[in-house]
Amino acid sequence: MSSPPVLILRAPGTNCDEETARAWELAGAAVEVHHVNRLLESPRLLDRFRVVTIPGGFSYGDDLGAGTILAARLTHALGDALTRFVEQGGLILGICNGFQVLVRTGLLPGPSTGVSATLTHNDVGHYVTRWVRLAVGPRPDSPWLTHLQDAILEIPSAHGEGKLVTTDPEGPQRLDQQRLVAFRYVDAQGQPTVAFPDNPNGSPRGIAGLIDPSGRVLGLMPHPERFILPYHHPLWTRRDPAGDHFPTPDGLRFFQAAVRAITSSPTT
Amino acid sequence: MPSGATIPHDAHRICRDAADLGLTGPWSIQTARGFLIEPAFDLQERRGTEEFSSVARRWLSDPVVETLHLLPAGESPALQTSDPASASNGSPWIHVLLKPGVTDPQADNARALLATLGWPVNSVRGVRSYRIDGPADQRERLVSRVLVNDAVEMAIQGNLAAISRPSPAIRPANANAQPRRVEVPLRDLEDDALIEVSRRGQLALSLEEMKAIQTYFRDRGREPTEIELETLAQTWSEHCSHKTLKGRIEFEDQLITNLLRETVFRSTRELVGRHGLDWLVSVFADNSGVIQFDKEYGVSFKVETHNHPSAIDPYGGSNTGLGGVIRDALGTGRGAKPICNTSVFCVAPPNLPAEQLPPGTLHPRRVLRGVVAGVRDYGNRMGIPTVNGALVVDPRYVGNPLVFCGTVGLIPLNAVDKTARPGDLIVVLGGRTGRDGIHGATFSSLELTEESETVSGGAVQIGNPITQKTLADVLIQARDRALFRSVTDCGAGGFSSAIGEMGEQTGAVVDLETAPLKYQGLTPTEIWISEAQERMILAVPPEHWEALRELAAGEDVEATVLGRFTDDRTLTLRYQGEVVGQLGMEFLHGGRPDVLRRARHNRVAPQPLKPPLPGGSSGQGAPPIATYNADLLTILSHWDICSKEWIVRQYDHEVQARTIVKPLVGPQGHGPGDAAVILPRPDQPRGLAIGCGINNRVGDLDPYAMAGLAIDEAIRNVVAVGADPSRVALLDNFCWGNTNRPETLGSLVLAAQACHDFALAYQTPFISGKDSLNNEYRHGQTTLTIPPTLLISALGIVPDVQDCVTMDLKRSGNALWIVGQTGPHLAGSHWTLATGRTGGVIPEVEEAALNLRIFRAIHQAIASGLVRSCHDLNEGGLAVGLAEMALAGGLGLSAQLHLLPRDEAVEHDAVALFAETPGRFLLEVEPDREPELATLTRDLPAARIGQVLDEPLLSITGLHDPALAVVSLGLDQVRQAFLRDLDDDTL
Repeated sequence: MSSPPVLILRAPGTNCDEETARAWELAGAAVEVHHVNRLLESPRLLDRFRVVTIPGGFSYGDDLGAGTILAARLTHALGDALTRFVEQGGLILGICNGFQVLVRTGLLPGPSTGVSATLTHNDVGHYVTRWVRLAVGPRPDSPWLTHLQDAILEIPSAHGEGKLVTTDPEGPQRLDQQRLVAFRYVDAQGQPTVAFPDNPNGSPRGIAGLIDPSGRVLGLMPHPERFILPYHHPLWTRRDPAGDHFPTPDGLRFFQAAVRAITSSPTT
Repeated sequence: MPSGATIPHDAHRICRDAADLGLTGPWSIQTARGFLIEPAFDLQERRGTEEFSSVARRWLSDPVVETLHLLPAGESPALQTSDPASASNGSPWIHVLLKPGVTDPQADNARALLATLGWPVNSVRGVRSYRIDGPADQRERLVSRVLVNDAVEMAIQGNLAAISRPSPAIRPANANAQPRRVEVPLRDLEDDALIEVSRRGQLALSLEEMKAIQTYFRDRGREPTEIELETLAQTWSEHCSHKTLKGRIEFEDQLITNLLRETVFRSTRELVGRHGLDWLVSVFADNSGVIQFDKEYGVSFKVETHNHPSAIDPYGGSNTGLGGVIRDALGTGRGAKPICNTSVFCVAPPNLPAEQLPPGTLHPRRVLRGVVAGVRDYGNRMGIPTVNGALVVDPRYVGNPLVFCGTVGLIPLNAVDKTARPGDLIVVLGGRTGRDGIHGATFSSLELTEESETVSGGAVQIGNPITQKTLADVLIQARDRALFRSVTDCGAGGFSSAIGEMGEQTGAVVDLETAPLKYQGLTPTEIWISEAQERMILAVPPEHWEALRELAAGEDVEATVLGRFTDDRTLTLRYQGEVVGQLGMEFLHGGRPDVLRRARHNRVAPQPLKPPLPGGSSGQGAPPIATYNADLLTILSHWDICSKEWIVRQYDHEVQARTIVKPLVGPQGHGPGDAAVILPRPDQPRGLAIGCGINNRVGDLDPYAMAGLAIDEAIRNVVAVGADPSRVALLDNFCWGNTNRPETLGSLVLAAQACHDFALAYQTPFISGKDSLNNEYRHGQTTLTIPPTLLISALGIVPDVQDCVTMDLKRSGNALWIVGQTGPHLAGSHWTLATGRTGGVIPEVEEAALNLRIFRAIHQAIASGLVRSCHDLNEGGLAVGLAEMALAGGLGLSAQLHLLPRDEAVEHDAVALFAETPGRFLLEVEPDREPELATLTRDLPAARIGQVLDEPLLSITGLHDPALAVVSLGLDQVRQAFLRDLDDDTL
């Protein structure tokens, strides 16, 4: 399987579908973008894909809370079809609003974890756009993370509701213990941080992304699809003109790592 | 059914807004949000409340951070709260709801979702609830001025039961009970009575216009109908027809027959005649101007203002202002895809003491926070990066702030043409029509007064960016499948303007009852002129209708046939079969009598600088060391100049992954970039730079000079990041006071003439523009007029984005060069503002040909890789430019004023440091590339004036004594002044 088939689900208000499709394509995936109505009409559409991606935006205006309506519609119309999709080896990625959707459906952190979470208003009280540094969680078993272990990724984040909160105050710690933290905001020294601006929302333990126990469902607030060209980086004009070439952009690395893991293991 | 949930940010915001009004509390505020739901199912039959409660808990609240209370109508959440502390609190709950008929997307979505989940409901309304403890005498004002936006919301104290059903304010669904065809007898009226008809109907039509209408109907032997008068009022409004700037003006000894045609349009025509400019695709013809981007694509650009709505409701005003200009892109050609936005705000000082606020105005801090949030929410939600802007602060904007929003679009060149043909269906795509935004076009043509808020509340529109996003998704797909022949947006005047314009060459018949409504009870006239947002009109060949309908339905977008285009050049409006209005297109578009206005300009005689320059550096004894430190820090912290980071970071300036040069640059992201660069086609290296120029202080002194400066600045900004100066297009936005005053109009005439002259001189064409007049605020006997304000926006092609540069210093040891001559231009400068001076030499573009040569040399230097960083010199002059480059790069610098290329008149350190002469750039160059730069600039005023240092120091030595530092500051001090510790909270 050289080009894993990736489904990008867009809904009313999704607005990062095009760049997400481009990122997957650059990484070598075969992408189809479908309106969520098509999937709700025929859930069997899922069968054709190895990966489902829910991109960023404001699905249904986030009118009942971030990601809530899309989560409700998927849950209601598909029942446990998404869970089965994952059990049969499918992968799910939610970026920003997509992450919020996955948390609201309960797919993240996952029913077996005993932790129920939500993503709520940033500590600063409003929308924030800035680049962040992400450390990758220790999950070599996850196809999303296996080729990124030990990496620090620099990618942009842009959201108003990205702070992880759990019902149980010990929740964040339990997520850590169960190795469900996929990404965390770190400072210039590489240390996880809750302090603004390195952590744009105040999320505890610097949690920026979660992965489910199977390692196949991943959600993160920052936007890897926005760093797939060297010229996306805010400091690219500071490069030495003597001509050292640019490394692979971190966002593209993220998608390439996933494609590599999927193609090397047909039934992850 | 409010669900008790404390949102501390909400309470915090309320306390802050209250403090701005002098309502200092202290306040203790509890907040909750909820829904009033009228179920269409029987709760008891459906296994009681338990099951519904769990559905509501999961999807109508956030179960992790909110607590849900399911209450029968009439009970307040306080009764149910488990928190004993708040239960003992005696103050009643105050519930805030949208007024009936105002778009409530949250409620609409809640209703749709509940139906999907198997719980159909008859009605849902969103409600925010508050319980407030604080000084009783301030409480009522807190509610009316802070909690409730009177234009669209209402407050209910205590019991909600009374309003749980649709309000009687919405007229009953029995449309038959209403008169359909309403005649307005006009033929026999005297002048006074004609004016009264116009005034009473908020038509904003002049006596001459009313008489022309009277004659038209006398000739037809009948009276006009209400809808006909409204159609004429919308189409002939200043907002839609720009009658002042396109009308006749007596200016000094000349008669101008059409100011815009003789200035701005003419310069573009002359440029095409002289230089070809085959890259212009569509200028002054469509909703935006279009230039060629590459062989396959064009780019469109339009900037609009939304000033009066923003004065009344800052959030809603800027929100729909941006929404409107995005529709301009979508309505350009057969649809341009919006790829970035711009936003420029002019407001009074945000730290204005509350007691200096004129009656009836909102505090500038609240205005600024509101307009920023409005742009943020529309742009971010539609997924369009807001990448460029400016903030201009002047006390005279206190009653009438200015809000400029712009959108750049990407359009295939073969989609630029559009023509509706007879027989095509008139289709409305997108949102539904409601009573919101009635009379926006005519309202914006009047001045604001203390009563505007109450009289014109209906003129405020409510935006829903998601409706527009889905509309855009469908429109672009339909364009690519060639399902329609023409499209335009519904802006001011609603259907009346959109259909009236599209059908100008054909004719149109419209069946008004077919328009999808938000609620029943609109009169045919209201349907016709409603400015409900997020609607576009398409001309659809009948054979494509079914395909378009299916495409739209598949994405939850409404598409409805309203009528068809005809070949009779007549606009026919029907309601349930009866003709309610019929106007000849020729009269509608050509029947407006020309306006004749008088203009005059009282040239202000040059004034000497007062108080004169401090003694010292021109020979009368040595000044103290670092004598200008304090002035520089004051200027750096002025609202116009200081960091806009708190605004920029609320905008998603990176969505769509196109932003190659960000609005903030440098390792800490503190540097104010000169212009943003975006990548319209991600697989191509060709880019677009977007910048702007605005200078209202010089406008007071010399409007002609101001226009030259704004044009020079806008071009300079885009050239500074890498745009090719021979591929820059400009937009104008004139915001002026009441042009019935000859001197106000005179200053506008001069500015427009300067636009012509400088566009020619720089060989830079205008491609589109917009004016907004009557920007005044009247209270009692006092009229507050804004300063003449011209915004010039620039769109420049960057041949290869890999060559782009930013303004942050890169490496110590590099050389600092200046290109451009410094003159004695202190009048209207930030230094005179900071030091309380008046008079001086007015900055103006003295030699545009030289500046153009400088622009070309800078471009060549950047494209050849000679330049590590580049910054254009603007507000605050050389000193501010140097300081910004240093703080952006986190590196120090030393500069020597005696090396500066300058006019003989520049003899004083203050002039060299702070003069605002246009046409100048600072460059950072690697030492081994200096010879190349020297060769490139050998015929230009250019010199090496300093170097980049490792030490965090800003050191500038004097004109006459190179050993004497006139500025010597630590980078920390510079940064502190510039950042001002501003954010949304501390603002």
